[in-house]
Amino acid sequence: MNERISRIDRLTTPITEAGQCLLFLLRMLAGVRFGGQQILAVLQQVYLIGARSLVIIMICGFFVGMVLSLQAINALEQFGASDQVSLLVGKSLFRELGPVLTALLFAGRAGTSITAEIGLMKATNQLEAMELMAIDPVQRIALPRFVAGVVSVPLLAGMFSAMAIMGSVVFAIGVMGLDAGIFWSKLQTGVYFQKDFVGGMWKSLVFGGTVSLIAVYFGYSAKPTGAGVGTATTNTVVLSSVLILIFDFIMTSFLT
Amino acid sequence: MRANYKVEFASGVFLLLGIAALVWLATRATDYGQDIGKETYTISARFANVGDLRNRAPVKIGGVTIGLVESIALDPVSFEAVVRMSVASRFDEIPSDTGASVLTSGVLGDRYIGLEPGGAPDMLADGDEIFITQSAIVLEQVISKYMFNTGTGGDKE
Amino acid sequence: MPSSDSQFAQSDTPVIKIRDLVFRRGDRTILDGVNIDIPRGSIVAFMGPSGAGKTTILRLISGQLRPDAGTIEVNGHRVSAMSRRELHRFRRNIGVLLQDGALFTDLTVFENIATPVREHTDLPESLVRRLVMSKLSAVGLGGIEERMPHELSGGMARRVAFARAVVLDPDIMLYDEPMTGLDPIAVSTIRTLMRETNDALGQTSIVVTHNVSQVRRFADYCYIIASAKIVGEGPPQQLTDSTEPSVDQFMNGKVEGPIPFHYQPPGAAWGLLD
Repeated sequence: MNERISRIDRLTTPITEAGQCLLFLLRMLAGVRFGGQQILAVLQQVYLIGARSLVIIMICGFFVGMVLSLQAINALEQFGASDQVSLLVGKSLFRELGPVLTALLFAGRAGTSITAEIGLMKATNQLEAMELMAIDPVQRIALPRFVAGVVSVPLLAGMFSAMAIMGSVVFAIGVMGLDAGIFWSKLQTGVYFQKDFVGGMWKSLVFGGTVSLIAVYFGYSAKPTGAGVGTATTNTVVLSSVLILIFDFIMTSFLT
Repeated sequence: MRANYKVEFASGVFLLLGIAALVWLATRATDYGQDIGKETYTISARFANVGDLRNRAPVKIGGVTIGLVESIALDPVSFEAVVRMSVASRFDEIPSDTGASVLTSGVLGDRYIGLEPGGAPDMLADGDEIFITQSAIVLEQVISKYMFNTGTGGDKE
Repeated sequence: MPSSDSQFAQSDTPVIKIRDLVFRRGDRTILDGVNIDIPRGSIVAFMGPSGAGKTTILRLISGQLRPDAGTIEVNGHRVSAMSRRELHRFRRNIGVLLQDGALFTDLTVFENIATPVREHTDLPESLVRRLVMSKLSAVGLGGIEERMPHELSGGMARRVAFARAVVLDPDIMLYDEPMTGLDPIAVSTIRTLMRETNDALGQTSIVVTHNVSQVRRFADYCYIIASAKIVGEGPPQQLTDSTEPSVDQFMNGKVEGPIPFHYQPPGAAWGLLD
């Protein structure tokens, strides 16, 4: 009997958890006020989580652009088509690598710190202290971080892709000596604004929302102990990464 | 927090930087910058061979983009490629005896349509056709013509 | 330095009135039929062994938890019947000093103290500043307003948290272990602050603690809670001299006595039989 209950529990727990996560999202959104104080708090978080991820995003973007060009040139050379490299780099960046890699890096850099921060606030009674001052911690702590994440990820993805294009320019034009005019004109005729660029932005937005929601929710629901916060932080990275890739597949099949 | 202008400034810089990156990407690395505006009119031209001309390839006069290739279709009777181009309405004074050729940017670059304005007094209007056309130069044919003097010309005036 | 007995006796209607309070967590009964009256202007201490439900009473009074049975009235209003909005207004008049202070680690000392002011009032920035600075100097820490909480010593952090709790001049103060983990000097500072603020502002204070020696020096009245019930009550001195076994055991720190040293989980007897 007990075994059966625990098996049912194991099956329903993720569903319950997802439901709680959704309710948490609604609770946050119900707290949106568009007030000066709230915008200020969001800006603060944009700085803390967005701007601080900037360096790692830019470095990774640059090298992804370089390695992508290197591989593309190696493969395309066999067909005498190495002038198509910018097209290949641009398309794969805008559609997949920019949004996905940015979101993964964001989950590891900012998502974890959001979870840990909120979890520690809980462990040190700060959230309780807020409630006792009649301040809703969901609105005061979780909401600005969530919004800042949603805003930051597409911008970071943009910078990632921009740096990757730079990396590609450096490698393809600077090192391999491809023609710069061809490089740019391939991009400008072959990469479609609507389908490739805007589609990638939508992905970024969804990924940003997913990672940020998971991060604040896991922080908020963490067990208020050192070990509990540690587990929650790990879970943030694992679940975000898995969901990013699943959503990526779903969105790709619908967008194209 | 309230008086922390440094933080606000830095996040502002971050936001601007992000937006700048997006705008730069959109205009430099996609076909967005190739847009010619909302007001356009359509002209068409027939070619024996358009090579690997693609949709949304630029239409240029004197190297300046004035329009885009809208569609490429095959006339089922004459087996000619019919290229429809949309041209920005502000360039509405293109003489009717203008010539169109499928050109290549650089040696191996992308195809585009180059227009060579004539001198006729009446202008091309929406739906008009350009009659003076020159097909794409297909490199293989040029090379084989040069090497073996046997190439069957794909060109037609 | 407890206030005189005459002042204590004056207050006729209690500020906080708890009747037949029952609270359970799962199948554990934390509080079982507790009755408490707290008169205006007094400092009342809740004492008892760890895990006896002292902190739970604080949370029930502040409305964070709801009782399973019984009533809690504060100034004649039932806490458990309050709507969200009423609770919001109610908490404006309650200052809480949590264990370890619970300062917001991402805000400066100034912003920590200003947070309740901003939440509950629309005062202009200049007045907020003046209010915060006056509270900060009242706890003897003028000049540290731009520091972050992690730059403070334990005693300083507790005093900042105290300033934050009293910044809106609440009628009721709840203290959860306010002296735990502090050095003796900091302990007496906090103790003096509690007593002086209480008397100066005409507050009513509840202090949860297990520091018996300190209780004698600041509390007007004590409740000893053990095994979900009140096992003793009275002025501290009277409790110390009590011969009632539970009270004697706790007040004088004896291992042997009716309060069990070992934790007894519910159904423990069954576990032995299986």
